[in-house]
Amino acid sequence: MTETDGSAPLVRLEGVNKHFGPLHVLKDIDLSVRRGEVVVVIGPSGGGKSTLCRLINRLETADSGTITFDGRELPAEGRALAQLRSEVGMVFQSFNLFAHKTILENVTLGPIKVRGIPRQQAEQRGRELLERVGIASQAAKYPAQLSGGQQQRTAIARALAMDPKMILFDEPTSALDPEMVQEVLDVMIGLARDGMTMMVVTHEMGFARRAADRVVFMADGQIVEEGEPSEFFSRPGTERARDFLSKILTH
Amino acid sequence: MEAVVDELPVILHAFWLTVRLTVISGLIALAWGTVLAAMRVSPLPVLRAAAAIYVNVLRNTPLTLIIVFCGLGLGTVMDVQFSRDDLSVNNFWLSTIGLSAYTAAFVCEVIRSGVNTVPMGQAEAARSIGLTFLQTLRLVILPQAVRAVIAPLGSLLIALTKNTTVAAAIGVAEAALRMKNLFDAHGDAVIPLFLGFAAGFVVLTLPVGLLFGWLSRRLAVAR
Repeated sequence: MTETDGSAPLVRLEGVNKHFGPLHVLKDIDLSVRRGEVVVVIGPSGGGKSTLCRLINRLETADSGTITFDGRELPAEGRALAQLRSEVGMVFQSFNLFAHKTILENVTLGPIKVRGIPRQQAEQRGRELLERVGIASQAAKYPAQLSGGQQQRTAIARALAMDPKMILFDEPTSALDPEMVQEVLDVMIGLARDGMTMMVVTHEMGFARRAADRVVFMADGQIVEEGEPSEFFSRPGTERARDFLSKILTH
Repeated sequence: MEAVVDELPVILHAFWLTVRLTVISGLIALAWGTVLAAMRVSPLPVLRAAAAIYVNVLRNTPLTLIIVFCGLGLGTVMDVQFSRDDLSVNNFWLSTIGLSAYTAAFVCEVIRSGVNTVPMGQAEAARSIGLTFLQTLRLVILPQAVRAVIAPLGSLLIALTKNTTVAAAIGVAEAALRMKNLFDAHGDAVIPLFLGFAAGFVVLTLPVGLLFGWLSRRLAVAR
């Protein structure tokens, strides 16, 4: 879908290692994501997928190696880090909407407090975004009053409100009831079509086939294999990937 | 009973002082306790340690000692004066300092336990949209934390209302000191006077408990 245009990648990880206590969760990860690319990360649970995702906006810190975003190494802390995070959207498995704020306030908090956009303007944009993800009528409600699918679409709108250069999705549909998965995936497919740079950790192979430019298969803290979705799903190159796919695609 | 009726203006005046001590100390303690709680959850070890030391020293010192220190130590020795010519104004504010400083330690711990009720994901979401640590605390964590601990904060306010009687130790003419004075003047009416003052405290504190119970249900954050 996207051409390699020779420009520097938006995200580049080089030789990244991460431990949780004695557990070596990421082992010498090298990965880059081009602008406009949709990278889907799949693999068995505990393989380091979520950690990889969380490293990019520094919700986790790497033990070694370098991570650059938009040509700069990730800032360690303070305002520079907050600035970086405002440019990288994040959608969580458990939605994490601000429980004490309405749906509209959830979407406008960042623009008002981080970007300094006037409230009225932020609210107008917020309503447009809620419209785009199909929940404009819920704007005045609180997160607990919405279904999981509606909450996750709000979370996507909240990320979009910051005009991020990239959005990270950490298992966005894993906590949803089955009948709500598709409405969230539809929004994500729309984003992918519009050219948003995305890294998506998911178990939704259908989404990977339809929207991904590249599939990265991770297991035991390593990138085992990566490639175009059609190629990867039809002819996985490694035994580990074949084994994984046979387990999830049979039912 | 007659003595209570006769001295009603004095009694009401004394309770008015109790109310002022409570409200002013309560507001200062809430603000200062919130700052302390923020320090205790901050990423800076120096701030965390300073707040922890403060809380443990103040919380484990008897209030009487703190009030007497404020009166003698701050007031007399260090010459902290709020009014040069009115001793009662001076003692009022010195005891307010003591009550606020003491109560803030408890407020801090209550709010900190409230912070622990806020799921980790709330802070992660706040950070991931680019809010700074202070913004995350102020806009996302504390509003939810405080709502979770409204009822225990109400208990602290009730305790504070009764703790203001310790200000009698440095001559603040609140309810307890007035009661003692009235005992001296009306030796035959000790029990009615005592019951009158006790009832006065119940009148002050019972509605506080009910109000905070109602508030805590009303402001609870649905998850």
